[in-house]
Amino acid sequence: MSQENVLEVKNLTVRLPKSADRTNAVEDISFTVAPGEIVCVVGESGSGKSVTASAVMGLLPEALKPSSGETLLQGEDTLKASKTRLRDLRGTRMAMIFQEPMTALNPVTRVGEQISEVLEIHTDLSASERRARAIEIMEAVHLPDPEKMIDSFPHQLSGGQRQRIMIAIALVLDPALLIADEPTTALDVTTQAQILKLIKEMQERRGTGVLFITHDFGVVAEIADRIVVMQNGRIVEHGDRDDVLRRPKEPYTKMLMASVPSMTPPERVPRTGDMAVEVSKLDKIYGRTGWLSKDRIVHAAADVNLHVRKGETLGIVGESGSGKSTVARCIARLIDPTSGSISLHGIEIANLPQSQLRAHRRRVQIVFQDPYRSLNPRRTIGQSLIEAPVNFGVPKEQALQTARDLMELVGLSGDALERYPHQFSGGQRQRICIARALTVEPDVLIADEAVSALDVSVQAQVLELLDDIRERYDLAMLFITHDLRVAAQICDRLIVMKKGVVVEQGPTKEVYSNPQHEYTRLLLEAAPGRDVTFGSDTAA
Amino acid sequence: MSTASISPGRQTLWRMMRNPSVIIGGALVLAVVLMGLLAPLLGARDPADISPKDRNKAPGYETTVRDSSGQKVPVVYRLGSDTLGRDVYSRIIYGARISLIVGVSVAAISIVIGMAIGVLAGYVRWLDGIIMRVMDGLMAIPAILLAIAVVSLFSAGLTSVIIAIVVPEVPRVVRLVRSIVLSIREEPYVEAAITAGTRTPVLLVRHILPNTIAPLIVQGTFIVASAIIVEAILSFLGIGIPPEIPTWGNIMAEGRSVFQLYPHNIFYPGLVLALTVLAVNMLGDGLRDTLDPRFAKRL
Repeated sequence: MSQENVLEVKNLTVRLPKSADRTNAVEDISFTVAPGEIVCVVGESGSGKSVTASAVMGLLPEALKPSSGETLLQGEDTLKASKTRLRDLRGTRMAMIFQEPMTALNPVTRVGEQISEVLEIHTDLSASERRARAIEIMEAVHLPDPEKMIDSFPHQLSGGQRQRIMIAIALVLDPALLIADEPTTALDVTTQAQILKLIKEMQERRGTGVLFITHDFGVVAEIADRIVVMQNGRIVEHGDRDDVLRRPKEPYTKMLMASVPSMTPPERVPRTGDMAVEVSKLDKIYGRTGWLSKDRIVHAAADVNLHVRKGETLGIVGESGSGKSTVARCIARLIDPTSGSISLHGIEIANLPQSQLRAHRRRVQIVFQDPYRSLNPRRTIGQSLIEAPVNFGVPKEQALQTARDLMELVGLSGDALERYPHQFSGGQRQRICIARALTVEPDVLIADEAVSALDVSVQAQVLELLDDIRERYDLAMLFITHDLRVAAQICDRLIVMKKGVVVEQGPTKEVYSNPQHEYTRLLLEAAPGRDVTFGSDTAA
Repeated sequence: MSTASISPGRQTLWRMMRNPSVIIGGALVLAVVLMGLLAPLLGARDPADISPKDRNKAPGYETTVRDSSGQKVPVVYRLGSDTLGRDVYSRIIYGARISLIVGVSVAAISIVIGMAIGVLAGYVRWLDGIIMRVMDGLMAIPAILLAIAVVSLFSAGLTSVIIAIVVPEVPRVVRLVRSIVLSIREEPYVEAAITAGTRTPVLLVRHILPNTIAPLIVQGTFIVASAIIVEAILSFLGIGIPPEIPTWGNIMAEGRSVFQLYPHNIFYPGLVLALTVLAVNMLGDGLRDTLDPRFAKRL
């Protein structure tokens, strides 16, 4: 190729501090980014992908030291650049956008000033010229009414708009290299689709080389030209998008591709078991008008009707703020519904006072999203597991025995009961949480984004475990997720929520193949990489 | 696996024992505690012993006194004597007792009361507004004015002083505990315990209160330090501990009128007071850094 590479990473090794579980954060990695090319670095948590980006930007934390190799930005090694030189390079020749657009923007400064700050540092433009440039770049990233928005504060903008501002800041000086570190992970799927489109458009129009870091294979399929797959600090596989996604060579990549859930729901037999949960006309209103303050009222759930049969998985999908978790938490009576009825096997629990509610607690159990916060860090796994059965009068010895059996059922050993949560990985903790939910033999299991925080390979295993347990105990499962791939694979039926209202419901297959509501269609279209079947050509 | 069940608590303890602030501050605090406990063994005489002929002597002054059997025995005024001829060294040593008693009991009482009220405010939502407005009111009362009121209502003495210092400290503890309870009650593991049918009192003791221990230990040391200072101020102003009881504040109060001629009456108790408060604060800082790294960055 005649064109010079924008970025050339050669044999980069970054050492970890001695106390870490491996010696190098990244080890002997080499890859290139050409102008106008999007290279996706993809890997699971701890694979070293973010360290790579930080090394290029000169943003490595003190404890991490690059021990060998070079990162050439248009031929200049950023690892050897002085602090002043790095400051010059950042913004003008390389720029970065981050995962969380709210924390990456200064909340007390107007967005326009944050864009012009870059110009002020690196150019001699006058204040009015800077403002004009800021408006120009805001138009370029398709922000509505830039002349007005330029004087807004970050909190006045939506998540997607904030990320557009971040992209505007990064691109205002036309850098040769844009590093995007999980830029859409914190965004809803419809917003994500727009941002991905924007990054692609900007890169094509300006010829920027993009180093795109993500864990999401859907996003990769959507945006990448070339893919670098990392595992434990090493590059496992490296190649063109279609080669890596469809015809992976390495076993690790093959395993990853096989773990990505397909967007096509499998055939499912309708369940005909007894009704486990019936919710009708459920309303939940947050906020109230107190005598000292007038709060804003949020209608988090409005007239929600649903039912789940024994042995059936009902998925509730929707974007953030759709009210899906509110419904689940009402059913578990972690919050009190404002009105409506919730019946468990025909017993009405929506308005039961706390004292009578206790007996019903054991019948509905929840597995939460964040495996790091769902277990009390000060208590051993055993103590956490026997808490519920002992509360309901099971003798301690017997509860411990059940706990040991359940640990084995979820694929962990019985002696893990003596240990503390910090000694387990995220996936293991989620298994422990599932075991904990099962200790009281519930009828209903609520999985509230239970696999959303997990890496794709672990996610596949936990999904399998959940499905297995539903089958074995004939559980009614309420599966709450924003991930349409996961929903396609595990749910028998779906309800789609938007702003507290159920907009569509039906068997998963029907919803996916023939969505009735406009919003459902929008969601399905926005799902990244929906047309790609991962690892499809491996068998052939 | 050899690290099979190292509890998070034990790891923290280990970190704590290696923190320089904890070691130095802790050693100094221990020295002051020993000083108070072992006062008679440190060559201290009766701190109330008046000797009219040895008034206002400089540090190191040597003389003789007759003991109970009429024998002449030599005595040294290591840190000089005050306007009544009492030994400043002995008074400082015995004064440590009062300072420590006030510091520790104020901290203990305000933490116990503050924790109970804070948990109520944090967990029982409808009580929150009422409790916190009362606490805001209490915080507006200056300790010194309150002490004057308490002393004029009852009598000057240790109890009055402790009450006067505890009242304005309680709201600070309440705020701390309430904020922790408010954030911890949203944790999924607390919600998991609710779905496990754990009763509210057990839930509080088992899952929520342990999170307050570390910040409260830290806050406790700062209360000790501030209580020692406030007690010295009150005694210095003559509204604290009665003057016949040796406290650092009292010694300084008595030395005030002759300060320009005999500065040792204020200098030495002042030095010990400053060192003690510094030591307690150092210990607190070190504990904060090791017990609660998140908290360390915030303060």
